Amino acid sequence: MRHRLGFAGKKLIRMALLLLGTSLAAFLLMAASPLDPLQTNIGQAALGSMTREQVDRLEEYWGTDTPPMERYLGWLGSALKGDFGTSLLYRRPVMEVIGQRLGSSLWLLLTAWTLSGALGFVLGLAAGANRGRWPDKLVRGCCLVLSSAPVFWLALLLLMVFSVWLKVLPIGLAVPIGAEAASVTLAQRLRHALLPALALSISGIAGIALHTREKTADEMERDYILYARAMGERHILLRHVVRNVALPAITLQFASIGEIVGGSVLVEQVFSYPGLGQAAVSAGLGGDMPLLLGIAVVTAALVFGGNLTADLLYGAIDPRIRREAAKR
Amino acid sequence: MTPILTAESLSVSFTRYGRGLSRVELPGIRDLSLTADPGQVTAVVGSSGSGKSLLAHAVLGILPRNSRMEGTLLYDGAPLSPRRAAALRGREIVLVPQGAGCLDPMMQVGPQIRRGRRGPEVRTQCRQALERYGLGPETETLYPFQLSGGMARRVLIASAVMEGPRLVVADEPTPGLDARAAGRLLSHFRELADQGAGVLFITHDLELALTVAHKVVVLYAGQTVEEVPAEGFRTEKGLAHPYSQALWRAMPRNGFQVLPGLQPEGLDLPEGCAFAPRCPGRRPECGRGQIPYIETDGGRARCLFPGEVSVS
Ligand SMILES: Nc1ncnc2c1ncn2[C@@H]1O[C@H](COP(=O)(O)OP(=O)(O)O)[C@@H](O)[C@H]1O
Ligand SMILES: [Mg+2]
Repeated sequence: MRHRLGFAGKKLIRMALLLLGTSLAAFLLMAASPLDPLQTNIGQAALGSMTREQVDRLEEYWGTDTPPMERYLGWLGSALKGDFGTSLLYRRPVMEVIGQRLGSSLWLLLTAWTLSGALGFVLGLAAGANRGRWPDKLVRGCCLVLSSAPVFWLALLLLMVFSVWLKVLPIGLAVPIGAEAASVTLAQRLRHALLPALALSISGIAGIALHTREKTADEMERDYILYARAMGERHILLRHVVRNVALPAITLQFASIGEIVGGSVLVEQVFSYPGLGQAAVSAGLGGDMPLLLGIAVVTAALVFGGNLTADLLYGAIDPRIRREAAKR
Repeated sequence: MTPILTAESLSVSFTRYGRGLSRVELPGIRDLSLTADPGQVTAVVGSSGSGKSLLAHAVLGILPRNSRMEGTLLYDGAPLSPRRAAALRGREIVLVPQGAGCLDPMMQVGPQIRRGRRGPEVRTQCRQALERYGLGPETETLYPFQLSGGMARRVLIASAVMEGPRLVVADEPTPGLDARAAGRLLSHFRELADQGAGVLFITHDLELALTVAHKVVVLYAGQTVEEVPAEGFRTEKGLAHPYSQALWRAMPRNGFQVLPGLQPEGLDLPEGCAFAPRCPGRRPECGRGQIPYIETDGGRARCLFPGEVSVS
């Protein structure tokens, strides 16, 4: 028990440090950005025609008149109390904006994450079990192409094929244009999220598949596989290999949440999908410091949560760790 | 009595692709001949790389894909085709491997030795097999990392005897065991033979082999160089091949005299007798042509001058 508490304590301290570091890095990058929030949001011409007081008030609103360190510490002080401020672009509390955006991103992320994990695992298993033969060559070739194709390029390609040429799927957004929020059906939401989810999953498959292939090929060489064959066992792949490859694959899958979240920024941009990624881009370009810091903290917490889950699962699944822990 | 296993001029080679389109045939074992009788422990002795594991894998029909097998392999008097081997392995022909490393680290012992078969009778069989080697039912829920070296061997041998095998192939089952545990393990093999099974006991440890074996087959560079009743190893005189004699002299109780030089491997095989370069009694004829495997008192030897060269 004491061991468990120590583990949790260490993880919590790490998380706090990570969130602090992320917010500081995001802040510094933003503060060093050459984009002037006033100019980008109000426009050069409009600014020129304003009086000094009007400009002063705008500077105060966008926070550009405060020295950076003071500004960050101010944000940090309220954030520690749970107040993440108000989004300057959306004029609503940051957490409310994030909550809504995350809501529409979440299931895009979830679909992509599950799909890429499952497909990548199966493909990697098939390739690794047939190392050097055609299934392996096929899977490896596809993975190399996929992993060297940028995700936004994939997204554009899908968009061109399915929305522009075949016209079977909508070109963007999360709901039909002009539809009222309450009248949107689940089917419509699904149709709108299909392409972005597909683009996002495809880009995630390669990593999982190649990793699983490597592990599978290694396991196939192990003595226990030869012994199982010697004793006339059937279904060795399902009985033994999957069991041994699943653990590292699951760990990688949870650790890959960061990549999916990162990829979603680009994919949402291409499909004009109003999710968290798109909000991050607008916040970054529009100088919305509170929103950007909020998003940075929330995504960092998501990624950290993924890694933590991976660690915990490892302990729960691997008998070597589980039994050792039970002994204590 | 029909031998349970007969190998006649068995060879296993590997194809390697070199630069460009060139292909090389790497010999693993060649000219391997032996017989193993039911009710007997036949020890196969040879140093590392002499082809012992390949022999085991050939018998079980699990040679790697890039290998080619030639010669004859008979099981119970009939050819042991890959298909027949596949049908028999795990039941009539079983393997006792080296150690716990041959168990799936993520699977409990019980399901592992039941090998995917279900049903109450399989469970009983499994429990009885474990019990026979002094392992309680709680062993079934252990993972391989929880087994000691000796326990792991007993699990492996229990797994082998579950279905009453007729040929037990044990490929170096003793490394890492202390003398007492190794002795106990060997007595289990002897017991299996006494109950009628043929046991092919593969080892590099001649001294250990002699404690249980009825017959010893000596391998050198992928060939059988001598097949002799275990009594032959009581004195140097009982042995026909100079390599067997060298093995005898290298045993601790006979003075620990180790023969200098190394066993040739792969493509470095010399013309004629493979042992000639190290043989104290080599003659010019030994470096030419094929050396026949000839009958000696009670056995066979691959030497042009069997029993002649002994120098002490
Ligand atoms: N898959 C393989 N490919 C090429 N050569 C092999 C392969 N397996 C074994 N060999 C060769 O066959 C010879 C005999 O190997 P092995 O039967 O494992 O020896 P032992 O079990 O007696 O130590 C060795 O020289 C080894 O290099
Ligand atoms: Mg070996």
